[in-house]
Amino acid sequence: MDLLKKRKLLNRIALSLALLAMSFGLFWLFWILWTTIDLGFASLSLKLFTQMTPAPGSEGGLLNAIVGSLLLVSLGTLLGTPIGIFAGVYLAEYGQHTWLGHITLFINDIMLSAPSIIIGLFVYAIYVSQVGHFSGYSGVVAIAMLVIPVVVSATTNMLKLVPDSLREAVFALGAPKWVVISKVTLRASLAGVLTGVLLAVARVTGETAPLLFTALSNQFWTLDMNQPIANLPVTIFKFAMSPYKDWQELAWAGVFLITLGVLSLNIVARVLFRQKHRS
Amino acid sequence: MQQAETPTPGTEAGAQSSAELRTQITFKDFNFYYGKYHALKNINLDIYHSQVTAFIGPSGCGKSTLLRTMNRMYDLYPEQRAEGSLLLDGQDILDKSIDINQLRARVGMVFQKPTPFPMAIYDNIAFGVNLQERLSRSEMDDRVEWALRKAALWDEVKGILKQSGMSLSGGQQQRLCIARGIAVKPEVLLLDEPTSALDPISTMRIEELISELKQDFTIVIVTHNMQQAARISDYTAYMYLGEMIEYGVTDQVFIKPQKKATEDYITGRFG
Repeated sequence: MDLLKKRKLLNRIALSLALLAMSFGLFWLFWILWTTIDLGFASLSLKLFTQMTPAPGSEGGLLNAIVGSLLLVSLGTLLGTPIGIFAGVYLAEYGQHTWLGHITLFINDIMLSAPSIIIGLFVYAIYVSQVGHFSGYSGVVAIAMLVIPVVVSATTNMLKLVPDSLREAVFALGAPKWVVISKVTLRASLAGVLTGVLLAVARVTGETAPLLFTALSNQFWTLDMNQPIANLPVTIFKFAMSPYKDWQELAWAGVFLITLGVLSLNIVARVLFRQKHRS
Repeated sequence: MQQAETPTPGTEAGAQSSAELRTQITFKDFNFYYGKYHALKNINLDIYHSQVTAFIGPSGCGKSTLLRTMNRMYDLYPEQRAEGSLLLDGQDILDKSIDINQLRARVGMVFQKPTPFPMAIYDNIAFGVNLQERLSRSEMDDRVEWALRKAALWDEVKGILKQSGMSLSGGQQQRLCIARGIAVKPEVLLLDEPTSALDPISTMRIEELISELKQDFTIVIVTHNMQQAARISDYTAYMYLGEMIEYGVTDQVFIKPQKKATEDYITGRFG
């Protein structure tokens, strides 16, 4: 009986420590969320979506930055996703036991945790400084480079979860390898891959550093991707650091929008993943 | 391909004398290796057309390995290799020039665990057929129905063909896999412990099915269950440590085994 009491006590101590650690983490998270909502919600208005970023002291919104961000993120994802999926297929289905596979996997892991400012500087060096000006296209390249490793690792991991027995069953019907991959194994891991893409989008939506060196920003409306283009993160950076009260308020509104976007992307990703896995 | 729709009576006693039977598969001085490990030793074996042949033996004796050589499943794993000769209708299928996808269309396989593809029931069946032949929509409908009827699954799924194959029960999934295997009209059907993951009722249905299918297909089954081998097979091979210990008509092997080792195994003194 004494041993039982001791175990119960130990269990209680471990549980309290775990709960303490969890609440410490959640505390800051909720504080951040609360500040975002509190300050961002107050500056929310319809003007955000109808007017351009203003000069200090005049009225304005974030329309050009919102549209610019949507353009940069969607084009970057469009460019990065297929590359990531193909690379992931190579890693999981072809290169598993080859030296090229091992090296690629290792490099991808590094890319996954590489500080985004390095990606920004890299694209600046190989693209922006070569053509001589900042541009939306260079921002797209930087974003694609952030998307690729996330999609690669999602694809690889999901494909590795597909049991070999399923693969063998497709081969046993006389299917060539590309059919096995395209019609069955990729399909079986589609939900996971899509989740990976959504999480990648969520990650790059808030990235500032890579855009600072590539797309830069633009006070005015433009859809020309060969020009510097406005985007939410850099606008927030610029406006929040400014001494002007109205710019600061716009920055908070932008923060709120991004947080909302990232949050809903994450929720959609989770729901999607869970639904697919239940059926 | 003959299409006999009526089951033969008394399939258990269906073994004929080997003189009248056509040999479909022949192993000659066949050896198999997992890397350095010598898994199958000098196998010599004839498998007969339209008969059920069972491989029995304790775990690790090589019975699944032997089964998986007949559609060259081992090709997926670079460290595995076979030596000797393995003839299918007189043609050596170990030959490098063999079109492996065509071989697998001729030699179908059903696995231990049901492996429905992540797609509709209909598409599960149509998938393999589409790989081999071009059929019109109505021909494909007929083929799917034919295969599902053969696998005794049609009545249960005819209203839900668009539903995912994953949504079926384990026993239904396994019959779906059998239907998928026979839809491409192979000559040989390999069954790798097809009932070991199923409950007794599903097992019984699949055993009945095997007895019916042997009119159209040569069936080779690996089983852990000796009663099952005795019930459904015409020929039985007893294997131990990668060697073929005894092979013959099932009744003979079970009632009057030639070797002491076989007798010990089937009477449960060992294994």
